[in-house]
Amino acid sequence: MNNLWLVIKREYITRVRRKSFILATLLTPLGLAVFFVVVQFIFSYENDEVSRIAVVDDGDVFSGPIPDEKGLFFKFVDDDVETIKAEILEGQEGGYNAILHIPVVKNPRARDFRIEYFSDEPMSLDMEIAIKRRVEKAMRDYKIGQLELDKTALKALDTDVAIRSKKITVAEGENEDTSMAGVVGAGLGTIMGFMMYLSIFIYGMMVMRSVMEEKMNRIVEVVISSVKPTTLLLGKIIGVGAVGLTQVLAWMVLIPGVIFLVTIFFGFDADAAQQMPQSPDMDPEEMQSMVEQVMAGVMEMNWWVIIPCFIIYFLGGYFMYAALFAAVGSAMGDDLGEGQSLTIPITIPVILALYIMMAAMQAPNSSLAVWSSFIPLFAPIVMPARLPFEPPVWQIVLSLIIVVAFAGAMVWLAGRIYRVGILNYGKKSSLRDMGRWLFSKY
Amino acid sequence: MSTPPIIEVKDVRKAYGEKVAVDDVTFAMPPDAILGMLGPNGAGKTSLIRMITTITAPDAGQIFFQGEPLSGYHPTQIGYLPEERGLYKKMYVGEQLLYLARLKGLGKKEAEERAREWLGKFNLEDQWSKKVEELSKGMQQQVQFIATVIHNPKLLILDEPFSGLDPVNATRMRTEILRLKEQGTGVIFSTHRMEQVEELCEYIVLINQGKNILEGKVAEIRRQFQDDKFHLEFEGDLPPGLAGQYELINPTPSGVDIQLRPGQKANDLLRYLLDHDVHIVGFQELLPSLNEVFIKQVTQLDPTNTNPFDSAEA
Repeated sequence: MNNLWLVIKREYITRVRRKSFILATLLTPLGLAVFFVVVQFIFSYENDEVSRIAVVDDGDVFSGPIPDEKGLFFKFVDDDVETIKAEILEGQEGGYNAILHIPVVKNPRARDFRIEYFSDEPMSLDMEIAIKRRVEKAMRDYKIGQLELDKTALKALDTDVAIRSKKITVAEGENEDTSMAGVVGAGLGTIMGFMMYLSIFIYGMMVMRSVMEEKMNRIVEVVISSVKPTTLLLGKIIGVGAVGLTQVLAWMVLIPGVIFLVTIFFGFDADAAQQMPQSPDMDPEEMQSMVEQVMAGVMEMNWWVIIPCFIIYFLGGYFMYAALFAAVGSAMGDDLGEGQSLTIPITIPVILALYIMMAAMQAPNSSLAVWSSFIPLFAPIVMPARLPFEPPVWQIVLSLIIVVAFAGAMVWLAGRIYRVGILNYGKKSSLRDMGRWLFSKY
Repeated sequence: MSTPPIIEVKDVRKAYGEKVAVDDVTFAMPPDAILGMLGPNGAGKTSLIRMITTITAPDAGQIFFQGEPLSGYHPTQIGYLPEERGLYKKMYVGEQLLYLARLKGLGKKEAEERAREWLGKFNLEDQWSKKVEELSKGMQQQVQFIATVIHNPKLLILDEPFSGLDPVNATRMRTEILRLKEQGTGVIFSTHRMEQVEELCEYIVLINQGKNILEGKVAEIRRQFQDDKFHLEFEGDLPPGLAGQYELINPTPSGVDIQLRPGQKANDLLRYLLDHDVHIVGFQELLPSLNEVFIKQVTQLDPTNTNPFDSAEA
């Protein structure tokens, strides 16, 4: 339809051209980059505190040099603790600012071992962990030597258990789940659920503002003397949806791009990036195998189902909520503030759906998750999050049908409220009014 | 009738819930005349107009556009200036006119030509790439008017077109309306300001509480409602006996209004004046204003309703 196209084009062009849109599209990635830089800065900042620790190893626990860390240097000294204390008090140049005293190990079979740390500066948590880790490791080697144990036999005691969860219905060899599939699925599901949640809010609100703007500018009566209100409403929803897609696509390109540039310019090399989130106990080998498992998990996702379904849920969810927001926008009066309460009935299901989605990530096949997948206002957020866990096909199909049908019904119902609401100038209308308009004749 | 009227409204009824906004209204637009639709605020004028512009549909009855029942195609033939009107404030003037013209079915090129032509007519060519919010209020009103007529509608519907207009713009718009009428555009002019109707319209429909209470040519209606009131201008003195025979209103040294009683005739009055040697400077029948006609008709139809303008604006 020609007019529908004109409305879509106007909604799209006027919005995309707006300074606020351009700024939001460009500044959000930049804002993220700044955030990223600041976070990195904060993490690297505490590292410039330098501790030079004199190690008095009375028990000869350490068999080799102690590995240093950024801001943490160890050196063995032959003097006794009191001598070094005196040196520190004299403030000798290039001297130590802490002493680590490791006493003689009396009983290699003892579980407890007490060492001493002397310093006038408080010990940070990081430092405590670093020192403990080093001494524990040295103690282990020391005890193995003292107790004359078989090193290889000991190593064999630590078993690396990996669960391969397989489906009963799937024949051997095809589509086996790796242990990481669950984690990857939960991550992917959460991301998709959040994307739904954010876009429903941001762009649904945008549709609502667009409706309110036309009503308050009093242009709407001029426009609907040329265009059917339903066409105008549909054009708005599609136009704003296209704006949303543009923005999301721009972010998908810009955000990785900006992060990449930041990485180059600020020199946050891979080491620094890895250091931060990584738990200290993980050795590189383990890390490597985990990355491989995650990749395998990602590869094993059934993308041919997930992507098309996600798109349908995305559109369905957007249409249904945008229609509701539009209906509410049409009922608003000239006073913006007093109309805000009308949005509450819409925001509550969205927020509830988000919480259900997070619960569903813990138990993707719980009855809460399954039932929510069939409740139209929850399904667009909950069901995409469940998709990586390969729910039964009938659930996907039923949920899709419900979402699509409900989205269509919502657009139709919203259209009925909208065409009356936009011509009701002045004060805001109540939910009861809106209910009445639903059944009023055209 | 050879050519059907541009708009014919037949037994049209529209209710919003309990409230009947338009109650069995019937009228047809006369050819070559501006139709004035009159009535106090809330009489149902806007409801009626919204049905003619296909924004809403009647509950009962039918509306014909040049003899055809109204359909989705007809809005392209109608230009509508609503009472509650406005423009997209953030849009550029030219762009906005193009958009509204294209919604009315004009092609891109044609729309642009017309928009430039009309802006030129109002000396607004330079405003093409300005945002509406940057324009003065008067200019915005002109742009609004252009948007209403840019597609050369066969029917122009103006709902309180002069409200909020400064005198210069009001005159300008009146001129344009008359010019369009001369070119054959049908014009419906809806207002609660009776005096404006008397200036522009030859034909009126009076609406009160959703009903068409009176329609016809302005001159005929006023004559029909004449109530034997005359204005006499004179020099010198009036005969003392005059006040005994006739009811005198607002006498001044040079003029007086005379109300005839039932059975009295204007000729008898004149004869009496001549017999008594009154120096007559002027003698004319006083026709009621539309305002008076309206009030008279309303009270005649419903004696309990003494002043329909009570609720209307002062």
